[in-house]
Amino acid sequence: MKTRRVTAAIASVLALSLGAAACGGGDDDGNGGGNGKKDAALSSIVNASTKKGGTVSYEHSDVPDSLDPGNTYYGWVQNFSRLYARALTSFKPAAGKEGLEVVPDLAESLGKPSADAKTWTYTLRKGLKYQDGTPITSKDVKYAIERSNFAPEALSNGPTYFKAYLEGGDKYKGPYKDKSADGIKSIETPDDTTIVFKLKQPFADFDYLATFSQTAPVPQAKDTGAKYVQNIVSSGPYQFESYEEGRGATLVRNKNWDAKTDPIRKALPDKVTIKFKVNPVTVDNDLLSDKITADAAGTGVQPQTQPKVLQGKNAGQTDISYAGATQYIALNVNVAPFDNVHCRKAIQWGLDKQSVLDAMGGSPKGDVATTLLPPSVNGYSKFDTYATEGHKGNVAKAKDELKQCGKPNGFNTILTARSDRPAEVAQATAVQESLKKIGVNIEIKQFPSGKYFTNFAGVPTYVHEHKLGMLSMAWGADWPTGYGFLDQVVNGSAIKPSGGTNLMELNDPKINKALTDAIANTDDAARTKAWGDIDKMVLDNASVVPVVYRKNLLLRPKSAANVTVTQAYLGMYDYVLMSSAK
Amino acid sequence: MTAPIETTGAAAEAQPEAVLSGVKKSQIEGRSLTQIAWMRFKRDKVAMAGGIVVVCLVLMAVLSKPILWAFDLDPNKFNQDLIDPALLAPKGGWGGMSWDHPLGIDPQYGRDMLARIIDGSWVSLLVAGGATLLSVCIGTVLGVIAGYYGGWIDSVISRLMDTFLAFPLLLFAISISASVQDGFFGLEGLPLRICVLIFVIGFFSWPYIGRIVRAQTMTLRRREFIEASTSLGARGPYILFRELLPNLVAPILVYSTLIIPTNILFEAALSFLGVGIAPPQASWGGMLSNAVDLYTADPQYMFVPGLAIFITVLAFNLLGDGLRDALDPRSK
Repeated sequence: MKTRRVTAAIASVLALSLGAAACGGGDDDGNGGGNGKKDAALSSIVNASTKKGGTVSYEHSDVPDSLDPGNTYYGWVQNFSRLYARALTSFKPAAGKEGLEVVPDLAESLGKPSADAKTWTYTLRKGLKYQDGTPITSKDVKYAIERSNFAPEALSNGPTYFKAYLEGGDKYKGPYKDKSADGIKSIETPDDTTIVFKLKQPFADFDYLATFSQTAPVPQAKDTGAKYVQNIVSSGPYQFESYEEGRGATLVRNKNWDAKTDPIRKALPDKVTIKFKVNPVTVDNDLLSDKITADAAGTGVQPQTQPKVLQGKNAGQTDISYAGATQYIALNVNVAPFDNVHCRKAIQWGLDKQSVLDAMGGSPKGDVATTLLPPSVNGYSKFDTYATEGHKGNVAKAKDELKQCGKPNGFNTILTARSDRPAEVAQATAVQESLKKIGVNIEIKQFPSGKYFTNFAGVPTYVHEHKLGMLSMAWGADWPTGYGFLDQVVNGSAIKPSGGTNLMELNDPKINKALTDAIANTDDAARTKAWGDIDKMVLDNASVVPVVYRKNLLLRPKSAANVTVTQAYLGMYDYVLMSSAK
Repeated sequence: MTAPIETTGAAAEAQPEAVLSGVKKSQIEGRSLTQIAWMRFKRDKVAMAGGIVVVCLVLMAVLSKPILWAFDLDPNKFNQDLIDPALLAPKGGWGGMSWDHPLGIDPQYGRDMLARIIDGSWVSLLVAGGATLLSVCIGTVLGVIAGYYGGWIDSVISRLMDTFLAFPLLLFAISISASVQDGFFGLEGLPLRICVLIFVIGFFSWPYIGRIVRAQTMTLRRREFIEASTSLGARGPYILFRELLPNLVAPILVYSTLIIPTNILFEAALSFLGVGIAPPQASWGGMLSNAVDLYTADPQYMFVPGLAIFITVLAFNLLGDGLRDALDPRSK
């Protein structure tokens, strides 16, 4: 085993020295398909084209949780499923900030809220059809929500926000158990094109919830529960020609999809293929050799490939996009000495964030974070409560806070990290070294990520008992607004006996109230502004130490056309737009 | 040649067999088995080299802290100005080798590799050596007992071995690590981690050596010298530990030297799962598993700890081979 590693190492020395000769800056020679500059797909559509035809091929190093639009939580499936499943609303396939805009998809227009934001009404477009030519009705949308949110016995993967927000959501047992014709009472379908949602609390982000693939219609007669994934009935421009569990799928044009009913999809390629379980390094090599159009996972190239694409002739084909997630350190306010705000502020001032970022892999891996909300979320507001020069930390200010905290010589504490996440372990190691300078001695404890929230960091009794003062954490929003991001991590209600995600155990009545008030506000501008204000309140409390806004190092092959990064789907490429010159 | 045995050591070493044939009986009676083995061992240049390297490694491990202090090396000091974080590699190629950092620096933090190799040696050797010792002790005792007594005792011990072999070791290692918290047996932090690693690796790998010893014992117990001592009235424990065990030393030694490197790599695997040594403490296995992701960017990072483990493995193997040849001339 070791011999093999050494051989590989020697081989790569040779490869690297050969490759080094080809070093150079960005490549924008202007010929060929995938031209463009580095990061061009962040703000524009690279290689824009209106040419129909060709095959877009994706590869993925793993398998999806499910391609069934009602049984998935993965961001890339949400993005990909838009090819064959149209939700009530969707994100605009557009470059830059515009990609965060919610637009109507099946619905004629965005939802019409009642004054208290508790009732939402959508009207479907005219002439919508499934792949078999039968019309799509609002009852099918209702049924899709019922099966995806209320039937964990068959479809357990997806989020359950509708269950949480709909009136009587906790009582209804799902369409497979509850065979009554009415289904859940709080979704009304007065006619075939109207659907009305009645919520138990004001919820102004409802249009974002409606973007989930769970609102894509499913005909009840064709639904086979967990097996539906084998025979998905398409409502979008493509339908399944073949699907093999764990192997891949091929999509071809859906003849019954009418472009007139669909202003957001251009549906350029004739065919879309996806292969699962491809070795991750092979995926990268296939991108480099222009064999495939995109890596479906959209989380960027492997560490092994990173140096190759950053300095070689492929540098102009890379896009370093915000992944919609923030890495931060939660200071538990119930573990001494972090019960004292000054000890928390000492960490805020003392941490050398640049050093932490460098240890994690530098600028391709992210930017230094100063806020909890990442820049690719609606409501992000740029500020830095604890600004230091070059993000290198300020020892003098940190020591001053330590004095006010009554620990002038520092203290000992514990920092957790998920052992199977190398970036998180690197972060912990760098934090440990950096805080030595202010006399804070950290012991790193590692836990397996599978049980991190259910057994360790998310269990307050465990955290208190073992005095875990500092907890490594990373969070991305289920939908890209301040509420989608913040509610699960700073609201007091997210503290749970087990599986909690509010690792600071922050339960500030002012913050809780600000969240509740803002989500009830149907004035978009005011609501969006509120998220930034809440972010500031959290940083003033000092229990969240933002470290890095995570980024993906994406690579677009030369043949890929209409390439743009969508911020709405965790900074991957927009698969609705994407087409191929091949 | 008929040179008298007491002339010089060198002559005796050169041709002991010939010497033995040509001297009076009274003159060789004073030499023990150990002395003969040592003589044979000294003659084996390759084994001696292996032995010297092992001694040096052990010395480095034992004296690692004083060495680091004396040369003013800090294994945990960051030099991030010397690395290019985006390329995951030290600036200037060759793993950042320079007069200040003769073996280079690691690609994420810029820590001195020489210092980390020295600092990691004691952890890696202690874990590997301790685990080997534990598994060999348990395995030998139970293997000899099973092989010698046979019958139901053998059945019980053999089924126990099967049970242990069937145990999902990694799962167990993870659950142990999670349940063993600070204060367990009055230990905490690094010493606790090391003890847990030694226990997990050693306690679950004894059946391998146990089976070898059991099989060897079964062939030996029917031999004449055992029957002779039985007929002279020797009892179980005497035969087990005075007659059988010395004859088992060769396979045990060889096996031990072979599993030490395996255990170093196992420690690496456990470190990777987060149940091994916690950062920032260096360990060879930990460095190697870190390097796997980064070898295309910075091959040096894999090469240095790989070389350290390679040298250790080679030295232990050569030493083991030489010891076996010295102890058991028939195996030549």
